[in-house]
Parts: sequence; C-alpha cells; structure tokens
Amino acid sequence: MQIATSSEFKRNAHDALADVGLQKALARSGTSFIARRAAAVAALPEFEALREEARAIKDHTLAHLDFYLEAYAARVTAAGGTVHWCTDAAEARAVVLAICQEAGARTVTKGKSMISEELGINEHLERHGIVPVETDLGEYILQVRHETPSHIIAPAFHLNREDWEASFRAAHTDLPADRVFHERRDILTEARSRLREKFLAADVGITGANFLVAETGSSVIVTNEGNGDLTQTLPKVHIALASIEKVVPTLEDCMSLLRVLARSATGQDFSVYTTFSTGARRPGDLDGPEAYHVVIVDNGRSGMLGSEFQPMLRCIRCAACMNHCPVYGAVGGHAYGWVYPGPMGSVLTPALIGVDQAGLLPGASTFCGKCESVCPVKIPLPNLMRHWREREFERHLTPVGQRSNLALWAFVAKRPALYRALTRVAAFGLRSLAGRRGRLAHVPLAGGWTAGRDLPAPEGDTFFARYARAQRAGRVA
Amino acid sequence: MSAAGTSKDAMLTAIRRGLRRRPLPEDQAFALRARLAAHPRHVIPARSRLDHAGQVALFAANVEKEFGSVVRVDDLAGVPAAVADYLAAQNLPGQFVIAPHPGLRAIDWSSRPLLRFREGRAEATDAVAIQHGFAGIAETGTLMLPSAPERPTTLNLLAEAAIVVLAADRVVGAYEEAWDLLRAEMGGMPRNVMLVTGPSRSADIEQALELGAHGPRRLHVVLVGG
Ligand code: SF4
Repeated sequence: MQIATSSEFKRNAHDALADVGLQKALARSGTSFIARRAAAVAALPEFEALREEARAIKDHTLAHLDFYLEAYAARVTAAGGTVHWCTDAAEARAVVLAICQEAGARTVTKGKSMISEELGINEHLERHGIVPVETDLGEYILQVRHETPSHIIAPAFHLNREDWEASFRAAHTDLPADRVFHERRDILTEARSRLREKFLAADVGITGANFLVAETGSSVIVTNEGNGDLTQTLPKVHIALASIEKVVPTLEDCMSLLRVLARSATGQDFSVYTTFSTGARRPGDLDGPEAYHVVIVDNGRSGMLGSEFQPMLRCIRCAACMNHCPVYGAVGGHAYGWVYPGPMGSVLTPALIGVDQAGLLPGASTFCGKCESVCPVKIPLPNLMRHWREREFERHLTPVGQRSNLALWAFVAKRPALYRALTRVAAFGLRSLAGRRGRLAHVPLAGGWTAGRDLPAPEGDTFFARYARAQRAGRVA
Repeated sequence: MSAAGTSKDAMLTAIRRGLRRRPLPEDQAFALRARLAAHPRHVIPARSRLDHAGQVALFAANVEKEFGSVVRVDDLAGVPAAVADYLAAQNLPGQFVIAPHPGLRAIDWSSRPLLRFREGRAEATDAVAIQHGFAGIAETGTLMLPSAPERPTTLNLLAEAAIVVLAADRVVGAYEEAWDLLRAEMGGMPRNVMLVTGPSRSADIEQALELGAHGPRRLHVVLVGG
C-alpha cells in the first residue's frame, strides 16, 4: 500500500516547484489535454445534456447501490464468474493472493488500475513470491523506476522522453549500446516487444474496471493501448478489481457515461478499446480466461454515502479536474502524497485515509471553480473541499480531553505547524497562481523550461528520487 | 456462513446505513427490475441520425478520423483482391489467420492463390488477422466485436494488422442500436464484447499520440455491399 505523504503537502509542493524535470514535463503536458477536451466537447452539441444525464445516472445508482450491486453479482454468478466482496484493502489483497496461489501463478500481468494502487496489490504479491508486471506503457516505466503514478489516466505524466530512455537502458541490460531511442516510437517499440513476452507467460491477468453493468454482469475496461485486453484475454485466470461505486444499471446507462468519459479525459470521441467481460470462456471458445473473478471493494466508500461527500462517488476517473487545475499544473500529482491527485484527490483522499492524514489537501486549491465546470458528472469539487476545511477547522476546536484516539492527539500536538502550513498552502495557491496568465512558465524557476534539458542537475536529491525511496521503504516496511 | 458471505452482508449493511434505509421494499425493487429489463435509452447524439447510406459514410469517415482505413467492395467476391491489395500496399506478408465464421467461409480465395491462411485464434507470431465484424457504429467509427467460437477475441488483439470484414448493412447509427442487435441475435451477453475504435495507440510518452501500442498498429475495415 502506498505510504501517504499527504500531510507533507507543503514540503512536497515546495520540492515539486524546484524540480526542473517535473516542471518541464508539466509545462509541456499542461495544455494539451485541455485543448483536446475543448475540441471534443465543441464537436458534440449534446455534451451538456449528456453531462446532466451522466450525473443523474450516477445519482440514481448510488441511491440504490445495494440493489444494483446485488443484481450485478447475481448476473456474474449466472455467467459462471465468481464475486468476492471485500470490506477493506487487506481483505482484497488476501483474496487476490489466494486466487493467484490457487492458480499456481508465478507472474501476473496487470492492466492500469487505480484501485490496485490503492489496495497495494503489487507489493502484496511480491511479498509472496509472485511477480506482478504492469503492462500499461506509463505504468510499466513507473514499475521499472519504482515510482507511483502522478496522474490517474497518464501515470507517467511527470516524465520526459530522456527519462524513458535512461530507465529502459538501465532496466533492459541486454540492450545493445548502439540501440537508438531518437523517437517516441522507438520507446514504444521496445516496450511492446518486452511486454509481449510477459503477456504470453502470465498465469493470471488483473485489470481494474471503469464500470460494472448490473444488467449483464459485465466488467468494463477502457484503454487505448490494448494492454488491458491482452491482460484479461491471454492468461487462464482474469481478476477484475472494482470499488462499489463502479456499478451502473444497464448497457444504455454505461454508454451515456462512456460518451462523456473519453471526451473529458483525453479529448477522444471514444477510446480505442472499450471491452465488456462477462464470465469465463464459453464452450467452444478458442480463447479467453478459464476463470473469471470480480473483487468488489468498499475500503471506506460506504462511509461517504449519506454524507455531504456522497457526490464524490459519482466520479468516473476521467482526470479532467486535475488537467484543468492550476495547483496540479504547478506541483504535479506526487505532491498530493497518495494515490489520487488533483481536485478529485483532495476530496477523496481525506475520506479514504482520514482527514488527519490528508487534511491539508482540501486547502490545495485556488477555488477557481474550473474543476467543477469540466467535471462530466458535475461533482461540486470546490464545495466539497470547503466542507473538508470546515471539518478540519472544527477538529482543531475540539478540546483535547474529549479525544481518546492517540493519533488525533499526535495530530493536535502538531497543530500550530499544521495550521500555519494550511494557511500558507492557501496563500501559496493564491499568490503564485492567481492573476498570472499561464501556469508553469510563471512559477518560480521560470524562464528556462525549453532549455531544461541543458540545465545542470539540481544539487542533492530530486523530489522524485526522494519520493521513490520513500515508496520503496514503504514497501519493505 | 463463510467469511465472504459475512463481508457481503457487512458491505450491504454499511451501504444501507449510509443511505439510511433497510433493503428496498418490494414495490421499489420491482420498479428497478423493470428498469433493468426495459433498459431505457437516454440522449442519442443527433450526428448519427441519418439515412443508412449516410450512416455508412459517417462510419467510414470516423474510422479514418481515428487512423483506421476503409475499403468498400460490392460483395464477398471482392474481398480477396481487397485483402491482397492492402497487404501488398502495407508491405505485410500474404499470410493471415482468419475467424472460422460462416460469413467468411463463404469467401472464395481461389482467385488469389498466393494468399495463405489458417482458421482459428491468433497467436503472437501472426502478423495479420481477419475478423468477422458484428456491427459498425457510425457515431464514432466503432466496431462491435463480440466473442464466440467463430469469432476469437485474440484476432482483435495480437496481430500487427487487424482486418475486419463487415457487411455494410450491419452499420448502425448509435451504440444503443448495436446493443439491440446483439440482444436480439445472441440472446445473452457473450463472454467478451470489444468496441474497437481505430488501431492501438498510447499517449503515455509526453502525452503525444503514438500509434501501435500493444494491440494492432493498423486497423483496416473491408465494407461489403451497399
Ligand atoms: S472528479 Fe469529475 S473531473 Fe475529476 S476525475 Fe472524477 S469525474 Fe473526472
């Protein structure tokens, strides 16, 4: 499980602003998603109507979540699949490990999955002698570099081309010295050929799920690379990981959400591969897994139902909010310190790991409102961040004597420093971002981004070297 | 009761606690089951509300917009030449694996004796695969490829070049119309249904689009008939 450093947001943000490579990556990537989304939205007159519908479908489903989960599970079972209900991360890890062990698995291929990051599946498998192989291109390079994703749909958002080349040369030690990586295509070709072997050798394939369809008992994945499909088609066992709020009633409901998902995410009209998996290989089939498992995980989400944070469970993980966020654009995803960055992370993370750990994140906002205005399911993100800040404020007012929890006591003991950090974060957001035209060309250290490659390496560790080490330490702890 | 059963109950209880209610009363559950059975449609973008010829043209244009290619032939007899020409133009070998589907078995390949093929699922060594298309969706140039013994999923994934033979009268406007075809003709949900829009790609390296990630680098649609 990722060790959260969300309580260090201020320091993380400070380091991120001084990280030349990161700033170069953010400057390059910042606007491309925004422009592509805008073009896709402009080309679909019904987009606003679809957003309203997407919101309504999610609200309807959440209001009847128990019913739709049971209906979904019954369909999976009828199609020959197995449903595993898991209340928390530890239970989900144990279930996944048991399935892999029963299959005699030595290697497991993985499709990109944020819930897998949240649950800490890879570390758990490794600890038990099973090798997980990330197959999404961005996730693969991060696994090679022992880093975590910095963005929910473009995990290697923080890397530059030279980082890819250096990591491949370090990890693929049999590469001839004269092998060139002049083009992005060369990097892609190298990854494709390396991962082909892994796809063919894997005993189990683990994917996430963008949606679970109650009508049919299907898990749905959306990818551009095709890695998720190879992951769930070639091994003899497929495990789909999904949190409880992924369920939708019907195929029609799912299509309405898919119409806004890709446009909001990458600005595509539709992703290349949208695949519905329903049970295991059928009689006469020439391919497909022999066993199909769905692991449905709560891990803190049911606690959001009925609270002011329930709308956050509408999230379809498109990443539009972080793509349009000036704070994310300035500090990148790792500064948020846990699995989910950007505005959606600032609301979700305190709910999942506790406001004592992540109480600073809701302050990482300029309250510009851009995130809410692009969210395809109309989550009032700035308002929800405000709710967290109010809660955080109330916590600080609660007399220490009424608390029994030692962790809370420790938190309060640090209160002056945290309070200062909180206000400084807010101030930092406003001071460095508001009123400036662009994002990255204007933050400290600006002026040399295009020449970033030629700048001398900063002294000491970069933020990411330190971050990566912390993650590795977390793994063995 | 097993541990798994306990967790299921605990999760459903936690959800109901959040929603501040007990399991749904029967009349409400009935209404939701009726909604599942009726699967009502929502907003369908106007762009695909065309006559059939317009939908076929929109489908082809969208496949090309998504970096696929399309060739139209009058009937199945035109398929061998179309495939041979495509393979030659792309410098691909004249050898492929093809879906064991009756709609493709009807093709007479004898006019192109140099083409060699086998029926079945794809292997990693196959450079070219030919799939039988179930439906084409004009809205976004998307192919619906459901799995079946005669439509192996690996044909969509493993080869360098994926070729899909699709009857033009199987082109519909919106996704919902393709799902209705599938419901009507297949009864239940197949094990795997892929909606494929163009060849595989990645934007993971510096957020710049590169074609040819893990799936096929090329996607070619042979549209048969009017
Ligand atoms: S909160 Fe909204 S914009 Fe952000 S990832 Fe979720 S659905 Fe997308």
